[in-house]
Amino acid sequence: MSTTTSDMAMTLAKTLPSNATLKQPNTTPPGANPATPSDERVRRISPWRALLNRPELGSIAATILVFVFFGVFAGDSGMFNLDGIMNWSQVAAYLGIIAVGACLLMIAGEFDLSLGSMIGFAGMMLAVPSMFFGWPMWLAVLFAFGGCMALGWLNGYLVMRTKLPSFIVTLAFMFILRGLTIVLSTQFAGSTIVSGVGDKIAQDPVTHALFQGTTLQGLFAWLAQVGVIDKLPSGEPVVAGLPKVLLWWALVACSAGFILSKTRFGNWIFTVGGDANAAKNVGVPVRRVKISLFVFTAFCACLFAVLQVSDVGSAASDRGLQKEFEAIIAAVIGGALLTGGYGSILGACFGALIFGVVQIGISYTNVNSDWYRVVLGAMLLLAVLFNHYIRSRATTGK
Amino acid sequence: MDTQVKTPSGSDDYILQMEGVSKFFGTVISLKNVTLRLRRGEVHCLLGDNGAGKSTLIKTLAGVHKPSEGRYLVEGNEVSFKSPREALDCGIATVYQDLALVPLMSVARNFFAGREPTKKLFGMIPVLDMQLAASTAVDKLAEMGIHVRSPHQPVGTMSGGERQCLAIARAIHFGAKVLILDEPTAALGVKQSCNVLKLVHKARERGISVIFITHNVHHAYPIGDSFTLLNRGQSMGTFAKSDISKEEVLDMMAGGTEIQSLVDELEGRQAA
Repeated sequence: MSTTTSDMAMTLAKTLPSNATLKQPNTTPPGANPATPSDERVRRISPWRALLNRPELGSIAATILVFVFFGVFAGDSGMFNLDGIMNWSQVAAYLGIIAVGACLLMIAGEFDLSLGSMIGFAGMMLAVPSMFFGWPMWLAVLFAFGGCMALGWLNGYLVMRTKLPSFIVTLAFMFILRGLTIVLSTQFAGSTIVSGVGDKIAQDPVTHALFQGTTLQGLFAWLAQVGVIDKLPSGEPVVAGLPKVLLWWALVACSAGFILSKTRFGNWIFTVGGDANAAKNVGVPVRRVKISLFVFTAFCACLFAVLQVSDVGSAASDRGLQKEFEAIIAAVIGGALLTGGYGSILGACFGALIFGVVQIGISYTNVNSDWYRVVLGAMLLLAVLFNHYIRSRATTGK
Repeated sequence: MDTQVKTPSGSDDYILQMEGVSKFFGTVISLKNVTLRLRRGEVHCLLGDNGAGKSTLIKTLAGVHKPSEGRYLVEGNEVSFKSPREALDCGIATVYQDLALVPLMSVARNFFAGREPTKKLFGMIPVLDMQLAASTAVDKLAEMGIHVRSPHQPVGTMSGGERQCLAIARAIHFGAKVLILDEPTAALGVKQSCNVLKLVHKARERGISVIFITHNVHHAYPIGDSFTLLNRGQSMGTFAKSDISKEEVLDMMAGGTEIQSLVDELEGRQAA
């Protein structure tokens, strides 16, 4: 990594909201250590070294790297115009929502491989009752959320009850739910796609207001009026408003970040992931913590599905394919350890941002867009190696 | 607790008693008619070689196992713990060899894991009081003579002795009246073992009764007030420090005579 990048990483990190964990020395408020003000065994660590101990460092550095890359190779292609930004930030937001869920679950030491299939299945739970049973849309949405969270609970319950690795249990659900999605779709709609759901969502004021389209149109129209953003030939702003998915991402990420770093439950998440046996011995309800995080991950998957169906207008049996891996990759790039007990919501969000920028950005360059998976795979490998190095530093103090 | 039964026994100076306790696992007799009485404020060393039944005995004390036979009394009241949590609520804290610490978490977060202090944000949302956690952890450790470099350093960066001390200090802070230490010096070097022994002494000064399990007489003898020796599931008796010498303790433990014969053999060979 070049020095320039490092310096930029540091400046950026200073301006970031500190919703990260409180375990590193540099997050200590001054004067919080009054008992040993001049302990000869306290080594001064430079701000740079302190920063290096933060879990999200890798993802921040990689984000900067990615932005510099696309700034150089696609800077004049419109990728960083407002409509371009909306383009990749939406991709990042969708992934960000599930990455936050996956990240919390990974910190607690578990995986959910059924996340992607859950997205497809949630779409069907939304589409089938509303399109074929005549349910009102808001009820179908509630049903989808309830059903997903119940499935998440079942995942967690089976993992905790059988003591099998979550990898195996959720792998089974990955197939069960994907299969059910295809079965439901072909059974009711006679094809792998159920269309017309978007229109029904638009007709329901509640679901439309919550999940569909954009918000702050007035602001964007005004910005176009005063010439801050470009106008279409028709006089409309190029971007009608802020996509609601971005707000949902912000909401989910901020709540999760707050819970993780500021609440008792957050401390329990770190404890059960760090050492489940130790957690049990100090009285942490290990089972309850882990199961509730499976439920939260399922909630995130359902939110993803509802937003996507609202946006695309249809539910389809291949929705959410491989999203479980993308979410895990985002969390890992963000500094989460596969073994649990360590990670950051902020990092997972940067991981998701990298995904969005690379996936969309490549099409703005002359590079064949098929390369995007290669880039992300390589980035994952680098991130894991980097995290491994960071963890050994954190635990040995070198 | 509803499991407590008042008994008219007058042994009030004992904080913890096991009277004729046996524990069977299927056909295996793990403990046979063991009596252990812990006086208030003493350090009671439980000595025994591997397989002597030390682990079964402490797990019975800690509420993990229920005795198959015999009585278990806490402050004169017969108890029957259903879980370690109940023993903990009675003030009986056990520090196991794995210490129940999470290496990747900070000292402060580990110190309060499971019992985090909270404060109200905007008067309604309960959040972690990290500042209180950090300062309390540092203060309590300092009281026990341990100076951590920073309350936010990961426990993984601490030495084995420091971790042992952290686990003990935590148990004391959360109101332990009886501290059961499972081989606290087993994996430690000379100096670190010494620190742990100092800590045991500090705990005794504060009126905490300690059961110190070890197979190392050199660690047990300086700190102990009385000694109970276990051999193959049976108690070989309890001795006050004034009644027994270090050599006698060593002899009584299985292996004492064997080591002596080994020493003789080696010396004999060298002489020859």
